[in-house]
Amino acid sequence: MAESTPHLSPAEAKSTLSADWVAFRTIVIKEIRRFLRIWPQTLVPPAISMVLYFLIFGTFIGSRVGRMGGLDYMAFIVPGLIMMSVITNAYSNVASSFYSTKFQRSIETMLVAPIPNGVILAGFVAGGVARGLCVGAIVTIMAGFFVDFTIHSFALTVGMILMTAVLFSLGGFINAVFADKFDDISIIPAFVLTPLTYLGGVFYSLDLLPDFWRTVSYFNPIVYMVSSFRYGIFGVSGDVPVYLSVAAIGGFVVLFWTISLVLLNRGTGIRA
Amino acid sequence: MTTAALSIAGLRKVYADGFTALKGIDLEVKEGDFFALLGPNGAGKSTTIGIICSLVRKTEGAVKIFGIDVDKDFAAAKRLIGVVPQEFNFSIFEKVGDIVEVQAGFYGLSLRDGAVNTEKYLKRLGLWDKRNAQARHLSGGMKRRLMIARALVHEPRLLILDEPTAGVDIEIRRSMWAFLEEMNQAGTTIILTTHYLEEAESLCRNIAIIDHGEIVENTSMRALLGQLTTETFVVDLAEPVAAAPEVPGFAFRQVDAQCLELDLTRGQHLNAAFAALDSAGLKVMSLRNKSNRLEQLFVSLTASEGSAETLVHG
Repeated sequence: MAESTPHLSPAEAKSTLSADWVAFRTIVIKEIRRFLRIWPQTLVPPAISMVLYFLIFGTFIGSRVGRMGGLDYMAFIVPGLIMMSVITNAYSNVASSFYSTKFQRSIETMLVAPIPNGVILAGFVAGGVARGLCVGAIVTIMAGFFVDFTIHSFALTVGMILMTAVLFSLGGFINAVFADKFDDISIIPAFVLTPLTYLGGVFYSLDLLPDFWRTVSYFNPIVYMVSSFRYGIFGVSGDVPVYLSVAAIGGFVVLFWTISLVLLNRGTGIRA
Repeated sequence: MTTAALSIAGLRKVYADGFTALKGIDLEVKEGDFFALLGPNGAGKSTTIGIICSLVRKTEGAVKIFGIDVDKDFAAAKRLIGVVPQEFNFSIFEKVGDIVEVQAGFYGLSLRDGAVNTEKYLKRLGLWDKRNAQARHLSGGMKRRLMIARALVHEPRLLILDEPTAGVDIEIRRSMWAFLEEMNQAGTTIILTTHYLEEAESLCRNIAIIDHGEIVENTSMRALLGQLTTETFVVDLAEPVAAAPEVPGFAFRQVDAQCLELDLTRGQHLNAAFAALDSAGLKVMSLRNKSNRLEQLFVSLTASEGSAETLVHG
């Protein structure tokens, strides 16, 4: 009886890599198709919400607030609102999509196929990043109607958005792995993400807070993302150093990726 | 010596709650076979299939697909398998064509090859004109055929079907049988689980029966059916009779005025029974088995103690 060869020949390895790439591309296209198919639920509501934020907090209230963090209040809230929409959409895309594939059992179609778990994870995360970037772009265009701005550091701005989208896509994935019912994928956004985002320096500078609450805020990872993203766009010094933000987010990405992969390898929530 | 399409050795599965679904089964399916894996509900069929397809984690044992150990080279082994699960497991909001093409992508087929195979199998299963319809608009039979097309899109050498015709009307079921026979004749090894024992009897050459996590029978269909010592036939008569005829050597029972039942034991021939009826002046209109032969054996092999049917092994 022929035995398998654990070590692949160069040709086999190339063929496997190519098959993995095709599988990754297929998952990403499937994910993008999914959120585009339901665009009234995925792309329109964030655009409407953000326009309301710009109108109410930026135009109506902001004109009375004056300057904050070295910027007009309207300009000050733009980076936070873009980041908020990226975080929410990247997270909810992966959480709802992966949970749905579990619920409908269509995850089995991936598990029976020769796709490494890392490729499955990367595919779902790329789908979440795609939706996060898509909504982020829509909100940025909306912001352009209220504020004139140019980007100070394109690399930092794009880098922060990408890292944040990856991190929260991974967060959504972990949430979906443990979710047993649809309610379970709305608990974390409602009770963790939303409070952290609102208290993450989107609408105010940490300088306004008493010492104790400022110190507490430094434990909120979203503070780092919003502050560095604001620096990337406007070039004004934020609440925390940029290098610290990049290191912290990068560290969390590695941690969340490792946790997600271990869960997939163990088959938690998907294999009996 | 040809490589076995599937080779299972000492396969055990103990679930987290302590339930032992498989108690160390051994099984071999030859390349090119049409193999039936039967068993009552909860016997361990789906667990076995789940482990082969890596949907269920095994506790112990080895599984090889065409000689490739799934633990050592899962990608190579998986490329050789196509699986049609018992439950519908696709998004009902996706288009039929997309569902099959996406599966081709999961197996690493290029866009072009994926599109070619999608067209090929959707056409062969009569779903090509539905390729742009959302899956939710398909009938039950169409959904079953869609899952077969999806399982075949990467052209596996081993096709595993877990109750593929459940809930499908007889006309579609028969057309699916014809399709599967065609696939098998073209060289695809097929493993079938089904609750329609007529289906297993007419399609499969070899059979294993699993019960309480153990293989209780593993032989050829012909040898298994040869174990039957008694078959019951139903005889429809041309004219009504007042009572069952008294014929030496045959125990006819009257069902109604124009219908008799006859138990035929091994060694007795239908010709002799017909001759006996003819000499009694009775004309036979039609004859049929009272129940499926495999069904009789299946019940006998899997019945719990005290509820065994009348059949005995020969």
